[in-house]
Amino acid sequence: MTGTPIGLYHPGTSVLHRIPAGIKLLAMLLAVVGVVLLHRWWELAIAASVTAVLFAVARIPPHLAWSQLRPLRYIIVLVAALQCMLAGWHAAVMVCGTIVVTVALAALVTLTTRVTAMLDALGVALHPLRRLGVDTDRIGLLLALTIRCIPLVAGIVTAVSEARRARGLGFSVRALAAPVVIRSLRSADALGEALIARGADD
Amino acid sequence: MHQTREDAHGGTPDEASGAASEVRFTGIRHRYGDRWVLDGVDLMLTERRIGIVGANGSGKSTLARTINGLVQPTEGSVTVDGLDPTRHGRRVRARVGFIFTDPDNQIVMPTVAEDVAFSLRRSGLPKPAIAERTAAMLERMGLAGLADHPAHLLSGGQKQLLALAAVLVREPAVLVADEPTTLLDLRNARRVSEAIAQLSQQVIMVTHQLDALAGFDRIVVLDAGRVVADGTPAEALPRYREIVG
Repeated sequence: MTGTPIGLYHPGTSVLHRIPAGIKLLAMLLAVVGVVLLHRWWELAIAASVTAVLFAVARIPPHLAWSQLRPLRYIIVLVAALQCMLAGWHAAVMVCGTIVVTVALAALVTLTTRVTAMLDALGVALHPLRRLGVDTDRIGLLLALTIRCIPLVAGIVTAVSEARRARGLGFSVRALAAPVVIRSLRSADALGEALIARGADD
Repeated sequence: MHQTREDAHGGTPDEASGAASEVRFTGIRHRYGDRWVLDGVDLMLTERRIGIVGANGSGKSTLARTINGLVQPTEGSVTVDGLDPTRHGRRVRARVGFIFTDPDNQIVMPTVAEDVAFSLRRSGLPKPAIAERTAAMLERMGLAGLADHPAHLLSGGQKQLLALAAVLVREPAVLVADEPTTLLDLRNARRVSEAIAQLSQQVIMVTHQLDALAGFDRIVVLDAGRVVADGTPAEALPRYREIVG
């Protein structure tokens, strides 16, 4: 299966790798709020530079950093065009820059934090909800499965696209969507069975 | 033909001292819609190595899935050491590990070590003990060097070994393997078969690949949801060859 590096832990021993997951998640939350509240382009440029430095500190290879942002390229072009037409170039820079920096910050956290560490941090944060009868383990499992499903669905999309090309067919949303949805549902069923068999629900 | 085999075969020499579990099927019938995929299966499995073979659609995977409650039979009952999977699911699943044909569907966590450790998340073990058991299991499966590797980027054989590690780390008494080598190339299939052959656990393996059944104690042949042969490989496999031949 062809995979995607989105949302995957990148092993390392940098300072950012060693910071506890809870602190990183909290810092990311504050940083994202801070970036969203910026009003001037040069402030955003500083935020972007700091984010780039953090990627360097974490020793994330440039191609891996770029692969985190590459899926945004079409959205950024679309948003930039709309913002330029409706609100001018400054708004376009601010909106697009904010999207890129916040996604990069989130990617930095996932690249430097094991999912299990994030689940543990989430468990601690959600612990008070246990008193209200909320199954916090299940919420953690949901998060883990969400991350797991990124490469799973990407692999299905790749396989379906290859099958379409092998048959000499052109691009068609319906021809792509229908088999992807069906295969995704089958995979979800199989994953559910595997979770039961592994005692995830016991 | 419905057969019940009550005579337990001896295990392999190094396992002879350990008692195998008793998996009992009594009057099992199961249908999907109007089609009966299991049509009256009575078996008692106590041997160390049991193979279940049959043509596609013969009901072998469904039968295997009833052992740990993934499928609840329409009629009849299944017990594992006297425990009914539908009523004692947690206890049965603690005893019975299950690996599926497609290892991609068994991987839950992004990295190899995390996926094995995931199996122990509700074990109550402290984190250092979980890490220790995970590392030992990865070592045993030859995956120690891949602990931080993205699990979905492993080769097919490595993924199946990971699935096996994730199951065995819970130390089940029985391993049910549903065509674990079907999607693998010859080399990887051999690797997985060798890993399974070395287990001390009782193994119930559904397969089409007769090479994987070398050294097995007992073979059950299914056809159209019924047991049509049951015995040693020499006794039962000719019947299977007749069916698929």
